[in-house]
Amino acid sequence: MPAAALVFAFFASGLVLWATGHDALSSYRRLFDAAFLNKGALGDTLVSATPLAFTGLAAAAAFRMRLFNIGGEGQLYIGAITGSAAGLYLGGSGGASAFVIAATVVAGCAGGAAWALIPGFLRAFCRTNEIITSLMLNYVAGYLLTYLIFNTESYWRQTNGFNASVFPTSKTIPSSAVWPTETIHVHGGVALPLGAGLAVLAAVLLWVLYTRTRFGFEAAVLGDSPRAARYAGMRTRRKILAVMAISGGLAGLGGASQVGDFRHQLDADPNGMQRQFYGYSGIVVAALARYNPLAVLPVAFLIGGLQNAGNSLQGADFPSGLVGVVEGIILFSALGFEMFARYRIRVTRRRRAQAAPAPEAT
Amino acid sequence: MNNSLLVVLIAAGIGYGTPLLYASLGELLAERSGVLNLGVEGMMLMGAVTGFWTVQTVHAGTAVSLAAAVAVAALVGAATSLIHAFMVITLRASQIVSGLALTIFAGAAGLSSYLGNDFNLSENPAKHTFHAVFPSGWQDLPIVGPIVFSHNVLVYASWLLVVVVWLYLTRTRPGLNLRAVGDAPAAADAMGINVAGYRYAHTLVGGALAGVAGATFTLAINPQWFDNITGGSGWIAIALVIFAFWRPELCLVGAYFFGALQDLAPELQARGIHLGPTVFWTNALPYVMTIVVLVVVSASSTRRWLGAPAALGTPYVREER
Repeated sequence: MPAAALVFAFFASGLVLWATGHDALSSYRRLFDAAFLNKGALGDTLVSATPLAFTGLAAAAAFRMRLFNIGGEGQLYIGAITGSAAGLYLGGSGGASAFVIAATVVAGCAGGAAWALIPGFLRAFCRTNEIITSLMLNYVAGYLLTYLIFNTESYWRQTNGFNASVFPTSKTIPSSAVWPTETIHVHGGVALPLGAGLAVLAAVLLWVLYTRTRFGFEAAVLGDSPRAARYAGMRTRRKILAVMAISGGLAGLGGASQVGDFRHQLDADPNGMQRQFYGYSGIVVAALARYNPLAVLPVAFLIGGLQNAGNSLQGADFPSGLVGVVEGIILFSALGFEMFARYRIRVTRRRRAQAAPAPEAT
Repeated sequence: MNNSLLVVLIAAGIGYGTPLLYASLGELLAERSGVLNLGVEGMMLMGAVTGFWTVQTVHAGTAVSLAAAVAVAALVGAATSLIHAFMVITLRASQIVSGLALTIFAGAAGLSSYLGNDFNLSENPAKHTFHAVFPSGWQDLPIVGPIVFSHNVLVYASWLLVVVVWLYLTRTRPGLNLRAVGDAPAAADAMGINVAGYRYAHTLVGGALAGVAGATFTLAINPQWFDNITGGSGWIAIALVIFAFWRPELCLVGAYFFGALQDLAPELQARGIHLGPTVFWTNALPYVMTIVVLVVVSASSTRRWLGAPAALGTPYVREER
């Protein structure tokens, strides 16, 4: 069924390309080459896929319990803020590299979790819908990020040097806080970032948690039937807080990985990290993976490849925005085909006598 | 007197708030029928890009091309929302995922950017734009001049729309039916109301209004095209519906308030007042206030009284009645 959805999606996107006068096949070919085959493409795809794996896992963790945390975007920003603070502070005071890196991981997790606990707390104790609150907090986090670098001389901002006096920039983290990479010698060398390894580890842990432990079982029951869970004496509030913290922690880890792995500073540029929409795309990834943590990894790799190809091909002769179109259509067809999997469509001829009342679309 | 900060802010708030007002009225109608559409941003950008394209392409007088542009923007907005309506009403997919998918599909890195690029829209400013309707003498009147008489047709049409939506919801039979569909779809169905039909119709109208809201950006506020020209207004519009307790008249107040907040920092800067750290709060205030309002709304004692549609976000499945 997912394969059928993918085929349908590529057919539909091809139709969009064809209708606007592009050669669909050659566009796809270039997309695929730029994502996976060209020299250095795999490494770049991993750069795009790593944050998507974290935000995808974050969404999967929460959505499995029908907690619609769509605040992954903001939790990632906050994780980047706290992660880089830990890197700057501990790395600057000359701690051992392993210790500093571990501290950035923990700080990123904690920051994201704390940000996610705001909607979690409101949901648990005030029964406030977490969809809108977590969404609103994305913007608050985005403004906070911009503010820290552009509107104030905060701890994160570079205040010395010529460049800093011309344009506001962030401090670069010391080398002891930079996350290590492992290079595999295939296809001209692919650098595996530490974040990618952490994402795999997190996916396995999350899968074990949800399929092999009492915690995961209770979360599933709470998602499917809150009332049954209450009768069984499960602690609803505590579980909501725990799941939101896990979800936010994963997104925050993605933010710390942005600083430690890739950007090496707190990226507040409106056209930088904030323009990538990792948090929102993470929800797409999780939905395509049907909220299965292990499936999140390959889907993140696929969507990461698509985004990487979109970034590197962006130019005069390649249709911009194609990546979003393809992503959206893939998601719509996955959603649609899921319904076909759940229900059987039967075409029946309605008898005249029954046709009189207004038919209900089902 | 017309240069006093308050008058300038109110006038600017009305200008910047108009797209928010259109989009939130549309989202209000959809939500009143029980459909949460998180794709507002995407629908607005589709309306913005196609409205702008129409103005650049149609060879006609100012009035005709602008009218055609708004009509095209509304149609395209409605067509975009049709995807969401089909996914969530007919196929009963998750409203949250489908709405987000719509914003990704149509939004700043999606179809709107694709079309804008393909039609080479970013090269020229708009050929025709909306201008203030009243003569400049009227606009110079103290206080009422800038606040009441300095606006374009879209602003006055939105005032009319607020009244129409208010009358529709509170004084007409279909409006009453709509509220029934949003609050108790099973009961509405038993009354013989076509639940799916109402939901489709109001989601489409919501899309059309979001399209007009997008066109307001490219034809009046900032008459040109670039990617992500709406800059997140769609999300504010969604927040605004809650902020306004699902009431059209409060949507107007909220839209102008949020619009004025957008203009506050630049306006103060122009007068030599630098906000410093406060700029974070003026930017974040709409979002923080929405959260606060939402917490108040969600207390069960106030929920019924404030009019949140009870069936918001849930699909209606007749077999499970």
